[in-house]
Amino acid sequence: MHEMAIADALLRMILELTKDCTDRPISARISCGQLNAVNPDALCFAFDVLAKGTRCEGMRLDIQIIPFQASCKGCGHVYDIEQQYRCPRCGRDQFVLMPEQPLVLESVDFEGD
Amino acid sequence: MATVQVGQQILQEDLKWARQNSELFCRHRLVCLNMISSPGAGKTSILVETVRAIGDSIRIGVIEGDIETDLDARRVAQTGVPAIQINTKGACHLSAFQVHQALQQLPLSNLDLVIIENVGNLVCPGVFELGEHGKVVVLSTPEGDDKPAKYPAIFARSVAMLINKADLLGHGVLDFDLQKAIGQARLLNSNLEVFVVSARTGQGLGPWCQWLKRQVELQRALFRDQQTG
Repeated sequence: MHEMAIADALLRMILELTKDCTDRPISARISCGQLNAVNPDALCFAFDVLAKGTRCEGMRLDIQIIPFQASCKGCGHVYDIEQQYRCPRCGRDQFVLMPEQPLVLESVDFEGD
Repeated sequence: MATVQVGQQILQEDLKWARQNSELFCRHRLVCLNMISSPGAGKTSILVETVRAIGDSIRIGVIEGDIETDLDARRVAQTGVPAIQINTKGACHLSAFQVHQALQQLPLSNLDLVIIENVGNLVCPGVFELGEHGKVVVLSTPEGDDKPAKYPAIFARSVAMLINKADLLGHGVLDFDLQKAIGQARLLNSNLEVFVVSARTGQGLGPWCQWLKRQVELQRALFRDQQTG
């Protein structure tokens, strides 16, 4: 389960980014390409466990999974290929994969005014 | 509530070590491949037979990744090549930092090719970059021909696929459709090199070994161009 390694990297990143902040971080927004096979519940659980006792304890993670998409070679339609390879518009199964999306810490929210 | 925009990759620390590994490979003018598969697909057997076939013409070093034991490193080392074992003690993948530490123990100046045999797992090793030139996914026939569809990431991200245990085909014991597996993988990755092999019988290892030698030659040519350019 690689969510633990990802949660560890995320926690260290947020602690480093917020070390000079007076306000406590309360939530973070994360984007993640589907190909990274991250289970959002598992990542939240792992983060909760690791963040105990730190200034990030209790933080909420808002995780956006960016679907695995392809562009049809026949008609150019962009579609999710998780459940099927065939283009839902023209039926061809020849496609070009869209660029992969990495795991990104998009933003951090802080309590206070 | 105040919001601070960050926009940074979460695995940036891993990527930093992966870049350092990549620079090491470049400095020593060697090729590095990251072999990934489910447990038991035959990575180690393929490695052993590969070294036996071309170890005299290509100087190979191996990094073995397992949760426990040094069984695989010892098995590879019996062929005469340097093999370093990493035990992850529970982690399901190797990290770039672990590989960086292992590389310090290999005679990099005297190698042409480093092969990393990752922990047996088709998911997590594909997420963590090690600095390699390319990933090689190994699929064995008993696992089923639908693996590319079920685990698209690793097949989409690899430069080569080996279908091992091909000696088990054609005897009525496996429902493995070779063309289906290859077709699914190539839908995801049209540039994927495919080798149908058997580490046990030696079937198909010739083209795989030739491809490896070609990768080393390409790296040498690249370095020569950089020197004269």
